[in-house]
Amino acid sequence: MASSRELATPGGGSGFWPIFRSLRSALTSRALPVVAVLLGILAIWYLGAVWLNAPFAYDVAARSDTELSFAELLSQTMSQQRPVLPAPHQVAAEMWKTVVEIAPTSKRSLLYHSGVTLSSTLLGFVLGTTLGVVLAIGIVHSRVLDRSLMPWIITSQTIPILAIAPMIIVIFASQGITGLLPKAFISMYLSFFPVAVGMVKGLRSPDAMHLDLMRTYNSSRLQTLLKLRLPAAMPFLFASMKVGVAISLVGAIIGELPTGAVAGLGARLLAGSYYGQTVQIWSALMTAALLAAVLVILIDIASRAVTSRMGVR
Amino acid sequence: MNAPLAVSATEPVISARDLDLVFQTADAPVHALSDIDLTIRKGEFVSLIGPSGCGKTTLLRVIADLEQPTGGTISVNGMTPEKAREARAYGYVFQASALFPWRTIAKNIALPLEVMGIDKAERDRRVEKNLALVDLKGFGKKFPWQLSGGMQQRASIARALAVQPDMLLMDEPFGALDEIVRDHLNEQLLKLWARTKKTVVFVTHSIPEAVFLSTRIVVMSPRPGRIHEIIDCDLGDDRPLDIRETPEFLAIAQRVRDGLRAGHAYDE
Ligand SMILES: Nc1ncnc2c1ncn2[C@@H]1O[C@H](COP(=O)(O)OP(=O)(O)OP(=O)(O)O)[C@@H](O)[C@H]1O
Ligand SMILES: [Mg+2]
Repeated sequence: MASSRELATPGGGSGFWPIFRSLRSALTSRALPVVAVLLGILAIWYLGAVWLNAPFAYDVAARSDTELSFAELLSQTMSQQRPVLPAPHQVAAEMWKTVVEIAPTSKRSLLYHSGVTLSSTLLGFVLGTTLGVVLAIGIVHSRVLDRSLMPWIITSQTIPILAIAPMIIVIFASQGITGLLPKAFISMYLSFFPVAVGMVKGLRSPDAMHLDLMRTYNSSRLQTLLKLRLPAAMPFLFASMKVGVAISLVGAIIGELPTGAVAGLGARLLAGSYYGQTVQIWSALMTAALLAAVLVILIDIASRAVTSRMGVR
Repeated sequence: MNAPLAVSATEPVISARDLDLVFQTADAPVHALSDIDLTIRKGEFVSLIGPSGCGKTTLLRVIADLEQPTGGTISVNGMTPEKAREARAYGYVFQASALFPWRTIAKNIALPLEVMGIDKAERDRRVEKNLALVDLKGFGKKFPWQLSGGMQQRASIARALAVQPDMLLMDEPFGALDEIVRDHLNEQLLKLWARTKKTVVFVTHSIPEAVFLSTRIVVMSPRPGRIHEIIDCDLGDDRPLDIRETPEFLAIAQRVRDGLRAGHAYDE
């Protein structure tokens, strides 16, 4: 990935230095800030865990009439069964147990739940991206669609998804449709928006000279779309797909909350909060975040593959 | 010098009568073209020259049906510009090369051929032929950014030629290039024209370029954009670069310069 990043940097990759430079830039300009931020987050997280879990530790100590030394306090705040804020290593241990040690077929495996959420995320994302692209093509080619659709597209996103997600689930359920589809529908509902907006911009991005050029060839609108507008819109498409896939995941998780679903990361979150299993909640949260990161990175890799084929320096 | 040219005996390719074009802008309307009368015959090389804003690009765009006149009539190949465009009567070369950055040079040249529905074998043949014609053999697989500005502009000329039009409309194609490259491309363009006898309408800011290339020079003046003078310029088909030192050349250049000055003084 470092080398394809080099490709995308103007001026990079020529002369004697590229290998050295890509190594150095990989270490300094990319890894270092990420690691620094990560360490910062971990430090704050630990501090927060001590701070927030301390009252409970004092409570327990007071009830058994013992004094807590500072070292004892520290270890107590990081090993509670149901801490207000679990410490990072508790979450990591829980994740290790539920991802690696438990067979992925088990209902207690986070991999299993991730898979459930992922399938509706991906279905919703594919549907949403397709819908977004189709809407954008319509809007760019028809002034009537531009005027009539655009306001509704924007309005659609002002409705809080938490409010309509249960409605969607209920309506689908009344038609006997449960499980994957209603959740994917919510993901689609969320993810079509960034794609539609990004693609309208992207399809309109070719400059007037390129459009004039196609006109001198007596190019049809379809040809202009395929040979000029769509290729020009590719960077916009990938940028909005990154937003779209992350928001799809959120949609899928939200879709799992009102159903009382038994499977999926949303179900894990819900179950965790029923029983006050904060460690379980946090590990489901972290898994969702990791999943989102992986999805975004995959799109980024696809984007680089496409743009390097399109000759971006 | 005013003797009728051999080529001008043939039929008109472009014929404009009382052409007018007013752009409606937010503030005042802009009179970009006013009373343009111009006949261009088959095989002529006509340059449009004049100060910035005198309507050279606009006139070229009207011929290409990229702009609609608000008055007067114009025919291209005996039909409306729209019909001529639909028949792909011309190749248009823009001031910038307007290559698609995501296509290789070869693919860029093939673009109009793809649009025209020409099959792959013929496309490849024409791409190779025109790459060679503009001295870009072996650069087909490169992307535009890997080429110098002059090479990009040559590629865009190859792209226009690939359509095999009888007419070339060129809007300051060499405007952004340095003198040496420009001289070289001027020579090549002249050779190409002498060999193929395509009709060329060529917009330029450069007097030597206009005199060197043209059979006729249309001197335009601004506000409103109109034709100030049309100067015949027949230096023969064989023009080495150093013809620019000859008295004939310098005399025509002087006439163009005088025309430009007279046209410009008008609104000062
Ligand atoms: N689309 C447009 N809308 C409004 N005004 C325009 C438009 N195109 C050109 N004009 C105006 O018409 C006039 C002629 O423009 P044109 O581009 O034809 O000049 P030009 O002779 O090609 O100038 P240059 O040498 O700088 O290229 C200018 O005053 C310009 O501002
Ligand atoms: Mg111009």
